[in-house]
Amino acid sequence: MPMPSFDAIVIGGGTNGLACAARLRKSGRNVLVLDARVTPGGAAVAQDFAPGYRAPSLAHIVNMIDPRVEREMDLGRHGLAYANLDLASTAVSRDGDHLVLHGAAAERVAGLGASEQQAWADLRAQLLTFADVLAPFKSMTPPRIAAGVGNEYMKLGKLGFGIRRMGKDSFREFLRMLLINVHDVLNDDLSDPRLKGILAHDAVLGTWLGPRSPNSLIHLLNRFSGQVAGRRSAIALPKGGMGSLAAAMATSAGAIGVTIRTGAMVGGIVIEGDRAVGVTLADGEEIRAGTVVSAIGPKPTFLNLVGAQHLDTGFVNRVRHMKSRGGAAKLHLALKAAPDFRGADLTSRLVLAPSETAVELSFNAVKYSEVPENPVMEVILPSAHEEGHAPSGRHVLSAIVQFAPHAPKDGPDAARARMLERTLAVLEDHATGIRGLVEHAELLMPYDIEARYGMAGGNWHHGELSVEQMLFLRPFPGMAQYATPIPGLWLAGAGCHPGGGISGAAGWNAAERIVKEVRA
Amino acid sequence: MKAEKTMQPDPRLHYLTPLRQTPFHARTAAANRLNSWGPWGGYTTVLEYEDLAMEHSAIRNAATVYDLCPMVKYRITGPGAADYLNRLTVRNAARLPVGAVHYTIWCDDAGKILDDGTLFRLGQDDYRLCCQERHLPWLLDSAIGFDVRVVEETEDVAALSLQGPCSYAVLKAAGFEVAELKPFRMVDFVLDGGGLTVSRTGFTGDLGYELWTTPDRALVLWDLLFEAGAPWGIRPIGTQALDLARTEAGFIITNLDFIPAHQAVREDRVRSPFELALDWMIDWDKGHFNGRRALLAERAEGSPWAFVGLDIEGNVSAEHAIIYHDKKHEVGQITAACWSPTVKRNIALAHVRRPYHSAKSANLWVEVYAMRELQYVKLMLKARVCDRPFFNPPRRRATPPGLF
Repeated sequence: MPMPSFDAIVIGGGTNGLACAARLRKSGRNVLVLDARVTPGGAAVAQDFAPGYRAPSLAHIVNMIDPRVEREMDLGRHGLAYANLDLASTAVSRDGDHLVLHGAAAERVAGLGASEQQAWADLRAQLLTFADVLAPFKSMTPPRIAAGVGNEYMKLGKLGFGIRRMGKDSFREFLRMLLINVHDVLNDDLSDPRLKGILAHDAVLGTWLGPRSPNSLIHLLNRFSGQVAGRRSAIALPKGGMGSLAAAMATSAGAIGVTIRTGAMVGGIVIEGDRAVGVTLADGEEIRAGTVVSAIGPKPTFLNLVGAQHLDTGFVNRVRHMKSRGGAAKLHLALKAAPDFRGADLTSRLVLAPSETAVELSFNAVKYSEVPENPVMEVILPSAHEEGHAPSGRHVLSAIVQFAPHAPKDGPDAARARMLERTLAVLEDHATGIRGLVEHAELLMPYDIEARYGMAGGNWHHGELSVEQMLFLRPFPGMAQYATPIPGLWLAGAGCHPGGGISGAAGWNAAERIVKEVRA
Repeated sequence: MKAEKTMQPDPRLHYLTPLRQTPFHARTAAANRLNSWGPWGGYTTVLEYEDLAMEHSAIRNAATVYDLCPMVKYRITGPGAADYLNRLTVRNAARLPVGAVHYTIWCDDAGKILDDGTLFRLGQDDYRLCCQERHLPWLLDSAIGFDVRVVEETEDVAALSLQGPCSYAVLKAAGFEVAELKPFRMVDFVLDGGGLTVSRTGFTGDLGYELWTTPDRALVLWDLLFEAGAPWGIRPIGTQALDLARTEAGFIITNLDFIPAHQAVREDRVRSPFELALDWMIDWDKGHFNGRRALLAERAEGSPWAFVGLDIEGNVSAEHAIIYHDKKHEVGQITAACWSPTVKRNIALAHVRRPYHSAKSANLWVEVYAMRELQYVKLMLKARVCDRPFFNPPRRRATPPGLF
């Protein structure tokens, strides 16, 4: 049988790779997705980590899926349903005095005093206004500060007009707050440490920033500008676990004719006559196509798959200098029985971050490559929502634990052991007896995540999402519109605008750009 | 009796001697009758020993010795050395035979020149790159992804340039037979139980050689040359005489004729190979090299600047003069100029805006301010674009060379 010929090869079958492939397929291209792992889906897959226990491998909630991806890939029809579309969040308190945050961006907070309630309502309204300003930028190619680079001026003009329409005072506040740190904003207006703790935690989740680091507020705005199934700032749990989201994307892509090959590790990008013409797999097989799209990180794409010999020295320096420190560890616990977080609702998102200071202190440690004494964390119990994640009566606990050093000074194994110990200690502190329930524990440090999933530094954005690496500075200056210096090679992963998270936005944007720039 | 201690300078006192001395300093200092010194690459070097006219005349008529030690030298070794240099520089380093030398340049991402220099292939995986400015950070950054080792070896090599029509005769008299050595080739000898490499290279545009040894043999080499060369009137030359000779040969010097892209502060000062008339050395077919994509675009779109030789009326040197078209519009600047004692012409090297380098070059003038007894006399002199080099004698290339 002759090898079918492809117009485009997408390297990496994560959410961005699948989104990109689907959009390219819709433009009439014949698309092949190559994924190194057994199951496509990247950070949105689930895995058995102990007999009978299945946990979301990396991401464990959905809160910023790209609406174009949801709609155009018709994910509902391809098996995506939600176990919960409106997950409440509990700011877990050691003394049982929890705050429960309901609705979009904590619309209602149970357990808050009246004046704090009003203060939060005012601040929330302001943050949502700003988040709305930023949201549309996510679904477009970042503009560049240069002439004749194909900026979407119509769209930019409309966005600019939208910003101006919020009025002079709001606009001034927007400019004042855009690059501010979240700690100061919270302390200007709020006083309840529990509320400040969970908001500070959510702001810096997945970043390499503490709440007091400059520019940390923008991450909270970014989070609030997300949506799921038309619900703005919602947090959702796919039915059947995160894996079912990846499966729906793969099924959808397959249904419209995208070819997905798993277990296909790309070893290099073939460059002939200074043009990307295909890829070679680790086993030596060569596959050719006129367009090669890399949905893996910029660092491995350029440094490993392309190679410095095809790139300029200054460009290689910019790739190398792209910051990509991961600060999040991933914990999976197999539990004999349901844990008790002082009566907190186990079907809510449990956040163990007692104050904004506690979040900052946990970040302090990683600045010096150490394990924090008291890490903060976001806990999800998929097994509390539905069957199928753990044997009957038993539970799976999935937690994103911050901050974990990406290059610990004590070495990887000692740091992992200590991180697990400190994490379990914090959990025990909030849920007495939980340590006795643990049948099996798995902790992935940032370097484990890098080894297993290829994300540079274990950073889930394939490169830190920070103001100096955002928009037209993402992944790095001079290369922000998905095109690379090598004709025929494009980037489509989380390392590009607008960054990671289970979204598909970067992949979809990249495909839109390719469709606009390259004749099929 | 107190034993004489060897003098080891206290490293804390480095500020007392901000300029280093080359391994030939004992000899150059003794010969420097005018006590005329200038800094070069962190070393103190002789500008003029005795008489500029005599020193230049010796380059063209006898044999001269110039202390090359301050020239920056990098050693590039390893199985990836050729690939590394092919990506770093614009010429094809893989096609440079072992034992050969070529002149080359290297550019930044934007295709702007960082420096020029000579590349020596000492072995299959062993090169030496010689240049004017220091580039170690860029060379090391460029090494990422290549199986190569890059070290600076400026202080480990003592080098002299032996130039002039009689230089072959002097070498022969000194016991080094290089009759078969062609231009841009090198050959190894034994000197004082150590190594001496003789390359047929130089910066004068005349017959000449460069001699490379270790610093501990520097004075032995100097003395050997001056003893053997006495019948030919061998003499040391300073930088001023060399500068005259190189202008006649049409050679450029970094930071005198162009500003390296990494040092330029003003964004319009950087120059591409097209703008320094060095595009002839680009190998477009060898694969990627730094700046290739930018240079391809420039080749298609055209460059703003050109680099030319000028022949100017009269005999007043036009250093740093502004060039006008039709005596009205500024179209360029002169970077090097002299009244050439060899060709008896008033010559210059110049940056000229295109197309005034060719199509509109008929009406060019240079504005010279000649200092005459405390007053500038302003001259507007007719200039004509002409071929470089201004002086290019057949003896420079003849193999075997003439035994004058």
